[in-house]
Amino acid sequence: MVKKLEKKKEKVPFIDWFLSSNGATSVAVVILGFLAGVILLLCIGKSPAGLFKAIGQSMFGKAGKNGSWNFRTVGDTLMFSVPYVLCGLSMAFANRVGLFNIGAEGQYTIGMLAAHIVAVCIPAFPGQWLLCILVALLAGAIWGGIVGFFKAKFKVSEVVATIMLNYVALYLYPLVCLYLLPEATINKSGRTADLAETSLLAKVLFDGSNFNIGFIFMILAVVVFWFIMEKTRLGFGLRATGFNKDAARCSGINDTGNITLAMAISGAFAGMAGAIMLLGSVRYAKILTGQDNYGFMGIAVALVGNSKALGCLLAGYLFGVLKSAYSIMQGMGIPKEVVNIIQGLIVIFISFRSGLGLIRDRRAKVKVRKEAEK
Amino acid sequence: MIGTISTIMMLAAPILIIATGGMICERSGVTNVGLDGLMSIGACTAAIVHQLMEVAGVGRISLTVALLAAALVSMLISVLHAIASVDLKSDQTISGTGINLLATGITVFVCQRIYGTDRSTEFKMGMVKDGLGFYPTLYIAIVVVVLAWFILYKTPFGMHLRACGEHPAAADSVGINVRRIRYIGVLSSGFLGGLAGGCAVLTQTIQYTNTFVNGRGFIALAAVAFGRWTPLGVTGASLLFGASLALSTISSMTPALKAIPSQVFNIVPYLVTLIALIAFSGRDYAPKAVGIPYEKGSS
Repeated sequence: MVKKLEKKKEKVPFIDWFLSSNGATSVAVVILGFLAGVILLLCIGKSPAGLFKAIGQSMFGKAGKNGSWNFRTVGDTLMFSVPYVLCGLSMAFANRVGLFNIGAEGQYTIGMLAAHIVAVCIPAFPGQWLLCILVALLAGAIWGGIVGFFKAKFKVSEVVATIMLNYVALYLYPLVCLYLLPEATINKSGRTADLAETSLLAKVLFDGSNFNIGFIFMILAVVVFWFIMEKTRLGFGLRATGFNKDAARCSGINDTGNITLAMAISGAFAGMAGAIMLLGSVRYAKILTGQDNYGFMGIAVALVGNSKALGCLLAGYLFGVLKSAYSIMQGMGIPKEVVNIIQGLIVIFISFRSGLGLIRDRRAKVKVRKEAEK
Repeated sequence: MIGTISTIMMLAAPILIIATGGMICERSGVTNVGLDGLMSIGACTAAIVHQLMEVAGVGRISLTVALLAAALVSMLISVLHAIASVDLKSDQTISGTGINLLATGITVFVCQRIYGTDRSTEFKMGMVKDGLGFYPTLYIAIVVVVLAWFILYKTPFGMHLRACGEHPAAADSVGINVRRIRYIGVLSSGFLGGLAGGCAVLTQTIQYTNTFVNGRGFIALAAVAFGRWTPLGVTGASLLFGASLALSTISSMTPALKAIPSQVFNIVPYLVTLIALIAFSGRDYAPKAVGIPYEKGSS
């Protein structure tokens, strides 16, 4: 790798730009992931064209040259990307403050549960869905905030604590649904009674697709993330805490409060994802028996998106496209697991990216030495 | 009663094995969030190898071969984690997460290639209980944890390993090869993670499905933290988690416990761990340098 770089000495500016640009390396990592997927498909004797046809179908509603237009999939794909983007924002927000929130999964589940309770337990009224989303935000914020508080106050590792709370949330969901809610809200066949009509998110724009106003909330969330992080004093303090906790405290930033707040906001994003997934799909809620995994994928989204608002939006859309392609590929007879493998490899390549930093350091050292010799 | 203990041991043994792996890894200074994925890969490998050899009619030896294959394949995958976290100084949680994601893809992909469906074909006979009503996995777990204790606390190598987790710069200054030690730490967690997956799949079910492991690698991580990074503590924590897993399934069949929803038993160990972490927070039991890449000459 190093040898190769030395050969291209004339193009130094580009390499230096590439090595120091997180956006460029993210794109490269995604391309590498797809390349690996294509090679894998070729190895087992399948044509990789199907993979890209499925992706084309999910992005533009048309599979290849001869396929017919079907805009329903475009709306579905956009909707698929909503939980990824929101969970990505959740992870990214914590990440910017120097925390690793592995608990988006639990915050998502709790948000879903909170929205569920509001949707089945109180009498229907117009605009109920908004209350559902707000309560979910709050529930997610509390679920995340607890961890932040423990971390700041008792130095409990947020990774371990969030993993614990993921499981508490996972089992709390059926526990509350099956034993604590009024009898009438339970349907014995693994799902609940129908949610109140007024609590469902209105479907708009794409005929017959799942696309609903939850998408607008996601866009709002992206804007809010960007605004808080980049444009407010609070965001500055949070980022300072992330860079160097001790230095931030010495310059008068309340790091205990910041860590709690950061985890709470982080949890709120995930909680919102839970509410939108619940209210935007079918009339009833399924009683969760396993994790939906959006929280964990959110980690990947945040990493590919470099924990920036726009980055998370794009990366979340990419993962939404892959998810959409996953179900389309099933019908095309292409091994759909390739999609999961591509996602896993993307994250592993992202972790290898820190190696580029080592190369960058070495190049800087060589440069300094050369200049000194002159 | 014997049946209950047997069930608890059946469920606790794999957790103990993988938690021991996680403990060794963290004591060497590397977090391994990818334990869950490593366990899936082990379980999938063991199920496939055992099923194929059973069909070929090689007899009971196939169980041993399946376990070894599971451990080795999973160890091979953990090399990815080692490269990222030791050589490339990456954030260790990221490559672990990557392994978890990769595992869900790879296991189903391989099952698809071999069997044409998302799961492995059922094998006819897994491990059998001995005269006392225990599966051999219990003894494997005991051997693993005793061996880990002996190596960690009674050999020079174990002391070096612990030193790398506490203060790698100091270890380096007296000539210990931090990189080598951490590689060994990660690879042993891969080996034991795979072994645990194999042990689980050969005693608790008859085929591999992608929901089989269901977060038990994360449970193991919790057991490591709850057990305060010591072999004895980890053993106790694994037994507790095993018991709670067992209770949640047994409770629905036992009249006395029927009144309590099974989810209560599921939640308790996680809450206990969380409370324990807070209660014992005055003293930090975690290895000092866990999760921090070691850079030579930086301090």
